[in-house]
Amino acid sequence: MRKLLMGNEAIAFGAIKSGVRVVTGYPGTPSTEVLETIAKNNPGHIYVEWSVNEKVAMEVAAGAAYAGARSLVTMKQVGLNVASDPLMSLVYIGVKGGMVILVADDPGPFSSQTEQDTRHFAEFSNLPVFDPSSPEEAYQMIEAAFELSEKVQLPVFLRPTTRICHSCSTIDLPDSFEKPGNPEGFQKDPRWVIFPALAYKKHIHVEQLQTKLSEMFSSSPFNQVVGSGKKGIAASGVAYSYVKEYLSMTDARVKLFKVGTPYPLPSKLALEFLNGLDEVLVVEELDPVVEESLLQLSASNLLNVRIYGKKTNHLPFAGEYSFELVKDAVQKFLGTGIHEDMGHKLTPSDFPARPPVLCAGCPHRGSFYAVKTAMKGQKAVFTGDIGCYTLGNAKPLDMVDTCLCMGAGITVAQGLKHAEPDVRHIAFIGDSTFFHTGIPGIINAVYNNTDITVVVLDNGTTAMTGHQPHPGTGKTIMGSISEKIDIFSLVKACGVKFIKKANPFNLKESARIIREAVEFNGPSVVIFEGPCISLYKPSRIMSVTDNCTSCKKCIREIGCPAMYTEGKKVRIEPSLCYGCTLCSQVCPFDAIGGADQ
Amino acid sequence: MKYDILISGVGGQGTVLASRILALSSIEAGFFARTAETIGMSQRGGSVVSHVRIGSENSSSVIPLSGADLLIGFELCEAARCIQRLSPDGKCIVNKQVIKPVTVSLGNSNYDTDGITEFIKKNCKCPVFIDGYSLAEQAGSVKAVNIVLLGAAAGLGFLPFDRSVLEKVIASNVPQKYVELNMKAFELGYREGIMQKTVAAC
Ligand code: SF4
Ligand code: SF4
Repeated sequence: MRKLLMGNEAIAFGAIKSGVRVVTGYPGTPSTEVLETIAKNNPGHIYVEWSVNEKVAMEVAAGAAYAGARSLVTMKQVGLNVASDPLMSLVYIGVKGGMVILVADDPGPFSSQTEQDTRHFAEFSNLPVFDPSSPEEAYQMIEAAFELSEKVQLPVFLRPTTRICHSCSTIDLPDSFEKPGNPEGFQKDPRWVIFPALAYKKHIHVEQLQTKLSEMFSSSPFNQVVGSGKKGIAASGVAYSYVKEYLSMTDARVKLFKVGTPYPLPSKLALEFLNGLDEVLVVEELDPVVEESLLQLSASNLLNVRIYGKKTNHLPFAGEYSFELVKDAVQKFLGTGIHEDMGHKLTPSDFPARPPVLCAGCPHRGSFYAVKTAMKGQKAVFTGDIGCYTLGNAKPLDMVDTCLCMGAGITVAQGLKHAEPDVRHIAFIGDSTFFHTGIPGIINAVYNNTDITVVVLDNGTTAMTGHQPHPGTGKTIMGSISEKIDIFSLVKACGVKFIKKANPFNLKESARIIREAVEFNGPSVVIFEGPCISLYKPSRIMSVTDNCTSCKKCIREIGCPAMYTEGKKVRIEPSLCYGCTLCSQVCPFDAIGGADQ
Repeated sequence: MKYDILISGVGGQGTVLASRILALSSIEAGFFARTAETIGMSQRGGSVVSHVRIGSENSSSVIPLSGADLLIGFELCEAARCIQRLSPDGKCIVNKQVIKPVTVSLGNSNYDTDGITEFIKKNCKCPVFIDGYSLAEQAGSVKAVNIVLLGAAAGLGFLPFDRSVLEKVIASNVPQKYVELNMKAFELGYREGIMQKTVAAC
């Protein structure tokens, strides 16, 4: 079957082909579609779950691998920070069934807080990592990763980047997938219990394994040395595909080292590559992982070779690499830098910027606006969190003063409060983030009686990453109905004494509830319940009537993307409007009316 | 054969489906295809770009600057923003539709429709401007603007495969109940493409 598969889909099918049994993860761009694709194409024998957070996901997958099942856990790079506690101990404990940790990095970054490099996490934790340069290679790598994991009884990283995850390629899939045999089952043994004495022994073992892994990788098909000459280029990940594309356009004499497993570096092959070279350019996105390893290797072997890369300012540390950036660096290095005139004269004209915004009809707009009006004239700080609602920082709402990491809105607000007791502190958190890491922060506020107000923005889904179910939705990715975990009762059980629900589409009422919550002495929680627009079809749309005086208050106050101006006139784009009525509640002249659809 | 198509637009306009349909059609026609997409936060009404690379066994998924053989701009300003990726001889189809960013409605930046149109004309050989919004509306839904534009590209003769291939792929990649609507959108776009071809003589 010839298919067009996105990198994430390719990885998913590769996992099914490898006989994966248990798949867990937490949604995070750019990793999300891996787990979703497995769930959608489940031959029936695979257990798939969205876990509450990455730490939980890692532990569930580890448990399955203890029992001999092949397991896969998926997350984005910052998710690995959350899962790092089980990860570090798991390296010592090891696994029985193959376990692959899929962590998607996001050079750019396009949708992340950091540009951290999971290959460094691999080095830190002593786990091998595969770094695909194309979706089709990712498809092959996951199978190799499962095999390696089982062989060395360690979890193995597969680390694609956004460009791999979200690029599609033409891939041939088998018509059907074989069902794996039943796992051997969990065998009771002291090896599964981490104790200091065991940890010491295991540490020795894991360190010894590193040399063995490096040797194994020297004969891996994902690492290759081709070409000859005095100059060499080492490239890893998607940067390799840019180097290859550029070299195919020239006839430069160069030795090329394709690095598919940046850690542990395949030293034997790397030495073959370095031998006879005068100069090397290392091309890799994010951290200089391969560069540093090559530097070390050439130093310890007393090789007389100059190695260029990030550390010599030949290439940047930050940001996503492009074909042009790689081409320029390679041209300079090879001295082939004839400046081609593309015959394309461009004068940079100032096009209006188009940053992402909260959707038309988004319930968060009403929630933010209600809090904003309620707090007018009071000194208040609004701490935000990770999700669509981070977009509430944009003008005109301007309601996100801080954003750090998942769950930090609630806790940062507490620290701010202790430093400035006279200021009001309101923390916003989405429903999925609340379950992920929000709850400990609530308990902390109650336990230490910190007077903050937490606003839970419950839109009934994990919207930012493409609408995944979560514990509050009562649905699972396997399609089954489960117990809906009620945020209200949960907060109550945490000991919060003021809890109220509010409707984001009723501005006056919501603002009143917020004022009450803020006045309350001690931690208070307001839960705004309004569905994400992806969950329903609009039943009415609004339009501007002749009453409009063109005062533009509606646009100025709430900034709904369905509203625009045509000359002096204010208009609503009918195909975008969701009929949330916010604009009409804001309009002082009753100039916005609705018509049923 | 190598052929690179760039699609640019605003998150929510259906660019991802359009690029998928083009890539699937290429595969159907016997080529190797790759695409690169903008997925994630930008999809919330931000600028989005899709790269479709046909005959791309040995290439990366991103079209180099000045490399695209065809640019399909789903929105006026987004078309202009991407012209630097179009090759000097590249073809260009522009949906005349203007979607003003919130920054413009708020008065923080300016959307100069005439200036942008001029910019496109000056920087690409013979751009074809299409009123995709009206044609999609005529077909039954403004959401079908993506299919209208694919129809126009086929009508103009800018695609390396037959319309029948495209139609087959569209029919199997949109929800069953919208097949008829999308076929109509394709037809309207196709006819507009044919018409513009005779007028513009590109
Ligand atoms: S707030 Fe009312 S009167 Fe003012 S521009 Fe908007 S619709 Fe017109
Ligand atoms: S009702 Fe008003 S605020 Fe709500 S989506 Fe429509 S135009 Fe936007």
